[in-house]
Amino acid sequence: MPLIEARAVSVRYGRRPVLDSVDLHVHAGEIVTLVGLNGAGKTTLIRVLLGAIVPDRGNVVRMPGLRIGYSPQHVHRDPILPVTVRRFLALGAPVARARAEAVLDEVGAGAIFDHPMAEISGGELNRVLLARALLQKPNLLVLDEPLAGVDVSGQAELYRLITEIRDRYGCGVLLVSHDLHLTMASTDTVVCLNRHVCCSGPPRKITGDPVFASLFGKSLADSLAVYPHEHDHRHDAGRDPVPAEPAGTSHG
Amino acid sequence: MDDFFLRALLGGVGVALISGPVGCFVVWRRMAFFGTALAHTVLLGVALGFLIEIEPTLSVFTMCLLFAGGLALLERQQLVPLDTLLGVFAHGIFAAGMVVIAFMENVRVDLLGYLFGDILSTGSVDLWLILGTLVFTTIVLLRQWRNLLAMTINRDLAAVEGVRVERVRLLLVFLLAGVIAVGMKIVGMLLVVALLIIPAATARYFVTTPEQMAVVATLVGVISVVAGLFGSLQWDLPAGPMIVLVATAMFMVSLLAPVLGRFRNLDPTSENPR
Repeated sequence: MPLIEARAVSVRYGRRPVLDSVDLHVHAGEIVTLVGLNGAGKTTLIRVLLGAIVPDRGNVVRMPGLRIGYSPQHVHRDPILPVTVRRFLALGAPVARARAEAVLDEVGAGAIFDHPMAEISGGELNRVLLARALLQKPNLLVLDEPLAGVDVSGQAELYRLITEIRDRYGCGVLLVSHDLHLTMASTDTVVCLNRHVCCSGPPRKITGDPVFASLFGKSLADSLAVYPHEHDHRHDAGRDPVPAEPAGTSHG
Repeated sequence: MDDFFLRALLGGVGVALISGPVGCFVVWRRMAFFGTALAHTVLLGVALGFLIEIEPTLSVFTMCLLFAGGLALLERQQLVPLDTLLGVFAHGIFAAGMVVIAFMENVRVDLLGYLFGDILSTGSVDLWLILGTLVFTTIVLLRQWRNLLAMTINRDLAAVEGVRVERVRLLLVFLLAGVIAVGMKIVGMLLVVALLIIPAATARYFVTTPEQMAVVATLVGVISVVAGLFGSLQWDLPAGPMIVLVATAMFMVSLLAPVLGRFRNLDPTSENPR
């Protein structure tokens, strides 16, 4: 039984259909990546799965005992609201200082424990959000654009971290991503969304799919198809120059 | 000290105790314009109170809730953005209040009193209502503090973690309506939002946690009320505007505080004082 499953979910805003009969499921230990252009309905689908939106048709089935750790795309960080990282971590559920610190260390952000939320960088924020999600002891991690606002080497680092967490806890991971390169490297299943599911499956199969090519451009699909890259090197966050991308790559 | 002055002082301090922490959420959640719109329902609320013969504080409270409920329904349409919607209905309901009051020929309404407050006429009924609001607000804030904060930072995240966000949001609207209903007596509908946002904004520079901010904001509010009242007595000036003026002055001092702090931190012995 999957951890969570969307069955024929349809949502419309006013007269505008946003999701049309979408199916999606995440199993334990599986990384599912939701890709799609802006306005494809990715965040809406996430919100349906979280229960924040009730779909007009279809339904969401959750495994009994499902605990979701959620990392939203944006949080309201305003200097007027004096909240430190430590405090932010305790807002989900009361948590002992030692445990909050340990989880923050685990995601590689232990150094900013006492920093104000409004002053940390985009990459640090993503780690903090991941830590807050982990504090829920989740069996499903839902990460909305966890790589946004992070430079490419930082993204690789974060992606590796997410994979590590999956390996360590055996939780399912559903993540939304724009960055197809990183996504393809170590995800198990790619779901390509454009109001409906255009194609889904393991990354190697997807990149050969003509629907995928038509959506993201043939050159990108090709470059991804020949890019099942293993990470034999590490990028230290924000330090190393970014290695040149293969020729013919275009970002859509 | 005269009785009426003591009642004014008690009432004003009571309202400042409520508006301090509630005002922090107004500032954190960027609800200043929403609060202003709610306050514009006061006149229609007062008229309603006369029509069905209940205490104006209660009818204003009810009118605020009705207004907020109506807005929540209208928010679902996609064409007109929320701030425009607030602008439309704040002024619309204000105008309606003026017209309805003009209609009620046999009732003399002290319009200026509702616009700018009439703290010196605070009666014992007002004091009881303020006390009740204070107790209710304190209980809600103590019980929902973490939920309110969590929801302020991210609504969906709070919901996933088990906060009943709709309920908590509704409670906050209740608190806001309460502040407006009891605050209109003190500083009037045109200035009541000042009592919410100025103390909170003033507190920000001096604090490092949300709780400290609520406490310092409350303190700033209380000082404004006391100083404003004594100032108005001393120089025979309108009390509501005096209270808001004191608060504004304190806010401006708080803006200077970082500058002053920098001067103090300049170390004359260091080689590079910059």
